[in-house]
Amino acid sequence: MIGADAIIRCLEEEGVTTVFGYPGVAICPFYNSILDSDIRTILIRTEQNAAHAASGMARITGRPGVCAVTSGPGATNVITGIATAFADSIPLVVITGQVNSELLGSDVFQEADITGAVESFVKYSYLVKDVNDIPRVFKEAFYIANTGRKGPVLIDVPIDIQNAAIRNFKYPEEVKLRTYKPTVKGNMVQIKKVVKELEKARKPILCVGGGVLLSEAKEELRQFSEAHQIPVVSTMMGIGAMPTRHPLYFGMVGNNGKAYANRAMNESDLLIMVGARVADRAVSQPDLITRGKVLVHIDVDPAEIGKNAGPTIPLVGDAKAIFQDFLKEEFEADYSEWVESLGEYRAAMEKKRNPDPAYVDPAVFITRLSEKMQDNGVYVADVGQNQIWSCAYHVVKDGQFFTSGGMGTMGYSIPAAMGVKVAAPDRQVIAVCGDGSFQMSMMELATLKQHDIPVKIIVLKNNYLGMVRQYQHFTYKDNYSVVDLSGSPDLEKLSAAYDIPFLRLYNMEKAEETIDAFLENDESMILECIIDPMDLV
Amino acid sequence: MQKKVFQLLVDNTSGVLSRISGLFSRRGYNIESITAGETADPKITRITIVASGDDEILEQIEKQVAKLVDVRDIKELEPEVSVYRELALIKVKAAPQERPSVIAVTNTFRANIIDVAPESLIIEITGSESKIDAFIRLLEGFEILEIARTGIAGLGRGMDNITYIDNVAR
Repeated sequence: MIGADAIIRCLEEEGVTTVFGYPGVAICPFYNSILDSDIRTILIRTEQNAAHAASGMARITGRPGVCAVTSGPGATNVITGIATAFADSIPLVVITGQVNSELLGSDVFQEADITGAVESFVKYSYLVKDVNDIPRVFKEAFYIANTGRKGPVLIDVPIDIQNAAIRNFKYPEEVKLRTYKPTVKGNMVQIKKVVKELEKARKPILCVGGGVLLSEAKEELRQFSEAHQIPVVSTMMGIGAMPTRHPLYFGMVGNNGKAYANRAMNESDLLIMVGARVADRAVSQPDLITRGKVLVHIDVDPAEIGKNAGPTIPLVGDAKAIFQDFLKEEFEADYSEWVESLGEYRAAMEKKRNPDPAYVDPAVFITRLSEKMQDNGVYVADVGQNQIWSCAYHVVKDGQFFTSGGMGTMGYSIPAAMGVKVAAPDRQVIAVCGDGSFQMSMMELATLKQHDIPVKIIVLKNNYLGMVRQYQHFTYKDNYSVVDLSGSPDLEKLSAAYDIPFLRLYNMEKAEETIDAFLENDESMILECIIDPMDLV
Repeated sequence: MQKKVFQLLVDNTSGVLSRISGLFSRRGYNIESITAGETADPKITRITIVASGDDEILEQIEKQVAKLVDVRDIKELEPEVSVYRELALIKVKAAPQERPSVIAVTNTFRANIIDVAPESLIIEITGSESKIDAFIRLLEGFEILEIARTGIAGLGRGMDNITYIDNVAR
């Protein structure tokens, strides 16, 4: 047995089913050994998307997604995907090939100091220098990636280590990390304090972030909210934690969120943030959310608490465990007046749009699409205007909504949707992007085709980098600079080139039947929607 | 702006220092000095960091450093219950006739002369930062050629607040 075989054994021990990646000489021993395994390999068309696909897989399975790329440019290409996962706390195990360990530091062909380069975007990284360390390193890597505040872990394995003989392989049963012990259970004293505040409060609100989804606390959140009739708003990463049309859910907060959600948060007298970072897009003025109210901040990462806003009650722990503890607490409270007034805000403050009937209205289109989607369908939004419309108008029923929230990485949706579909072949998976973000990942159409991964793709085409154009509209008085996407390919011809069925929708007249045709079967398909180039989110 | 002295116990992995210093630089924290050395257990390194910032920044420093996987423990060495020491080597230009006055200053501060060359001396001094600062000020009458300061190392006083290193095998 050699190091590469040992790595595959480790992946099998961890229950890994799929590796996304791109080979090169320095990772060839790994890709040779994997042929003897049942683990599925998927040849992505550029390494960044290997990490995005692994991210999609991680988000749907709750287990670390795995990708494997070669040294040098393979490793540096994957960095954006790693940083994207890091910003959203998505667990990944990224394996990079490396040049011969004796040549490290001598700038040989395809050498890059990848552990150094990703230092600020990974939860941890390893450079394996002894083949006998492989079982321990992989055991630790999977554990670190998927516990506490989740995140990507990178393992750099020089080619000579992959080829070295390993004596008696034994996968460790448990992790022995004396320095790493994340807090799971919330402090009961703090939990009781929160319950006291809930008893006193008249206008409490739960603001939930991606942490609720990462800790798989959706069910507990809903139970807790319903048990005491506590209204819920979410950050972008928290979309889907509550069904969009749940009577106690009042939309996404933030500068791109719903006006009534922000008003609800600002007017509350008890704000309970759960698994949310209080970052600039969700909370543009952190001092506002502490003024005149009690702020409870619940997060598994103690460093997030107090980073952007000082809470009255800090509570460190895993969201699921904490909600379970909350559910055991009994208290009497009546917030019905508050919930009622939030309902009035929602009715009065929904944004009025004035769409040009010559084009597809993304708002109505996205709502109709999501209504027609399967209940447990997965919607992956890209980045740009399409993302903001998706957040505002997609209706989550019993499915999921994924997007690159923290990093805002264009091109995320197609590879991430691919990862979701590979892990959950029975689910309907739709990637929604703009014509800019589509072109950042369109090389992956070949991957979908080659590996028979039926992902549905919607391209909202306005021939602009719409989000930047909108910014230039407001900030630079329509002085448009480098946002015109002329020269983009004819998507009908492109789809034909990849042998993927294609539909185009010019306006809302045929929207119903087009969406029906698009969702009719479980095959890859591209639907291009022509939208108003001057539309604003 | 205030200063705090932090004591860290970290796993002696390759790259641990760069992980810590990288954290300070990318988050824009000020590091005034950093010293590192093995503990009784060669797998564990003790690091003393002097950092400056307002209360919120200093709290974030403590939390963010604690989050690093290799960091076993971080705590503040509070001045009232800790001792700090720094070592400095100072090379002073001193012709033979100037030597006696340099030696006098050196003795006053209980510093040592550890090298004598025809035109210069090297003085070794150990103490708190302020003692070393004061000593350097006194030497300004002479020509200081080079200074090497280590940054402070510190320990908490007495039997309280000792972080014991357990012997978890890796």
